[in-house]
Amino acid sequence: MFPNVGKSMVEVLERLGCQTFLPDKQVCCGQPTYNSGYSKGSLKTFKNEIDALLSMDADYIVGPTGSCVFMIKEYKDILKDDPVYGPRAEKVANKIYEFTQFIYRVLGIVDCGAELDATITVHRSCHMTRLLGERTAPFVLLDHVKDIKRIPLHNVQLCCGFGGTFSAKEPELSTAMVQDKVKNIMDTKADILVGMETSCLMNIAGYMNRHGDHIKVMHIAEVLNHNVDPTRIKYLKDTDEAVVPANGEGVF
Amino acid sequence: MGISTSNKPFKERVVDAEADHFMRAAVAKAQDAQFIKRTASRRELGHWNQWRDLAEQIRQHAIKYLPDYLEEFSDNVEKRGGHVFFAKTEDEAHQFIKELAIAKKAKNIVKSKSMVTTEINLDKTLLTIPGVSLLESDLAEFILQEDNWDEPTHIVFPTLHKNRDQIQKEFQKLGYQGDDDPQHEARFVRGYLRKFFMKADFGITGCNFAIADNGMINLDTNEGNADITMAIPKTQVVVMGMERIVPSMKEAEVLDNMLARSAVGQKLTTYCTFTGKKQAGEIDGPDDFWVVIVDDGRSKALGTDFEPILQCIRCGACMNVCPVYRQIGGKGYGSIYPGPLGEVLSPILGGYEHFRELPYACSLCAACTETCPVKIPLHHLIREHRIVEMDDRHLDHSMTNLILKMVGVGTGSPALFGSAMKMAHPATKLFTDGGPNAVEPMYDGGKIDYVPKITPKLIHGWVDSRDVPRPVKAKNNFRHWYKHHQPVSPAPIVKKEGGPEDE
Repeated sequence: MFPNVGKSMVEVLERLGCQTFLPDKQVCCGQPTYNSGYSKGSLKTFKNEIDALLSMDADYIVGPTGSCVFMIKEYKDILKDDPVYGPRAEKVANKIYEFTQFIYRVLGIVDCGAELDATITVHRSCHMTRLLGERTAPFVLLDHVKDIKRIPLHNVQLCCGFGGTFSAKEPELSTAMVQDKVKNIMDTKADILVGMETSCLMNIAGYMNRHGDHIKVMHIAEVLNHNVDPTRIKYLKDTDEAVVPANGEGVF
Repeated sequence: MGISTSNKPFKERVVDAEADHFMRAAVAKAQDAQFIKRTASRRELGHWNQWRDLAEQIRQHAIKYLPDYLEEFSDNVEKRGGHVFFAKTEDEAHQFIKELAIAKKAKNIVKSKSMVTTEINLDKTLLTIPGVSLLESDLAEFILQEDNWDEPTHIVFPTLHKNRDQIQKEFQKLGYQGDDDPQHEARFVRGYLRKFFMKADFGITGCNFAIADNGMINLDTNEGNADITMAIPKTQVVVMGMERIVPSMKEAEVLDNMLARSAVGQKLTTYCTFTGKKQAGEIDGPDDFWVVIVDDGRSKALGTDFEPILQCIRCGACMNVCPVYRQIGGKGYGSIYPGPLGEVLSPILGGYEHFRELPYACSLCAACTETCPVKIPLHHLIREHRIVEMDDRHLDHSMTNLILKMVGVGTGSPALFGSAMKMAHPATKLFTDGGPNAVEPMYDGGKIDYVPKITPKLIHGWVDSRDVPRPVKAKNNFRHWYKHHQPVSPAPIVKKEGGPEDE
């Protein structure tokens, strides 16, 4: 549904020196069903995903959404009693990263060489920050984009109301939540809303488009792939910035 | 049933709650204010995550050895001259206390705030005794009582849904003539309560922590009403959930800190008391001391995936951060235990039949899990309830159930999923009006903003309030692009560094 996000991610990673592969049989992490309570009905999806991701001997697995990455990391707990898929799930969990986390923590890069002359505000996604524990990488990478101005989002910690099938099963709750989120976003008067999760963006933008809130919406991969000058690319070790560890304290 | 506050269906409760704009504004304001206070008091303590680890260990340990600690506690209460009664059910608990009140010829019963007494429906049971009057001495619970026993909407701030004007009106019935200044209102209640306290002959409190190795009760309040409830009446009954136990004072100290900082953003509550039967040489306290230890379904969680919910110290922080609670407040949940705690606890205590919707009233954002001072994986347990409901009990027979089962089949098969992706663009042609868009560039390929009436509820749930980008043509999708793309050449600095593969 968002082909540009995948394209941008691939181009950024290749520019940063990675050789990429896309497994043919890779489909879905299984959140829609598992998070709705269909544990048994999700097993086939999980196993297919594991087989697909291990179908090539990659050093790392990278995904553009924190919640899918975390779901795939959870396979090892869900399948821990499975003699075949338990160890395979463990193998996948040990080498999977969310896109910005991979750039910042594995590649050690803080500046992807992008330029974007605009004011932005950022929706930090819940699973990415709270479950994957990645609260820093996207903000570091965005703050290094040339000419970008980032406006803090009020009540950034609140969920946008997506929540997977929650958004469709409980539309009364979900709509009230996204309404609040959109108000806070529009109050920033930013030109662009940037997010790390296409599903949150689909929810927020879906509400904005229906209600005529004029704004541009971009996934962080699209921002980091915007007007790139490769000579601007910079490693963390070449700056005087300290690494902020993952899984740090939240906002409580 | 004690914990249920409404017989209305869940969806109706949500609609009612969302129409209550005053309540929603009050909850949002309280959440934002608590956010600042809570965060400041936790930062002040420092090393918050390590304190959480310790608090979790203390609670897990107490639950693991629950029978041993309960026995030790019970022995020590008796050694101090008190009595202990173990109540399996709500009925056993309130019947026992009712009979005790009759036996002691109680006339004026005074209570301090306690969720477990609300759970076992104690107030209304005691008021069936002829000639007995009963007063809730916690300010908020007092307001609820005066408002014809309105239901609490928060476990720490029971009257979060009421404003000072509503409270002024309630108090006017009792002779209050002042304005709507909360201080004046509180001073009026203080005088009103004090008169009742002086003649009270039967006191009831809850229990924050029961200390196993000395048989004492730890109470935390900001109003001091629990202390007077303990000090004046001759007979004293403490009602506690069976999990509310700690090994010794050392552990209570840690948990009192975690509780106060999480619940109200204070270092400690204004009053933090350790008490029990009056001992020789003491000037106040009850001569006659009873502890009622209530199970009421808690043991159903023992030894299951849901055991961690028994770690709960009832601080309410999970509801103070919950984005769903923010929208519907306590009443929407239909349980005296609302918010994430209630979503986990209510189906255990009150049954899935009555509370089956609650675990679905959650976007799994995990704000609750992040804030919980004793590290209960709340969002995870909410999802576990869903798994019990769908996989073990098959509680959903709707169209939604069928659709999600189909999604499970589709996402498990690359071939099926591939054809669905190919079909997605042509299949959505009818629902695309091509009208103007406000958001760029997501809808450049068109949007779905309409579905016919007969479309399943699940799809209406989304499309009725939000647009969705129309799936792209197969030849424009990511997979197709990837197969044909020329890899971008690595940047010069990256080549120099050698990239991670060569490390």
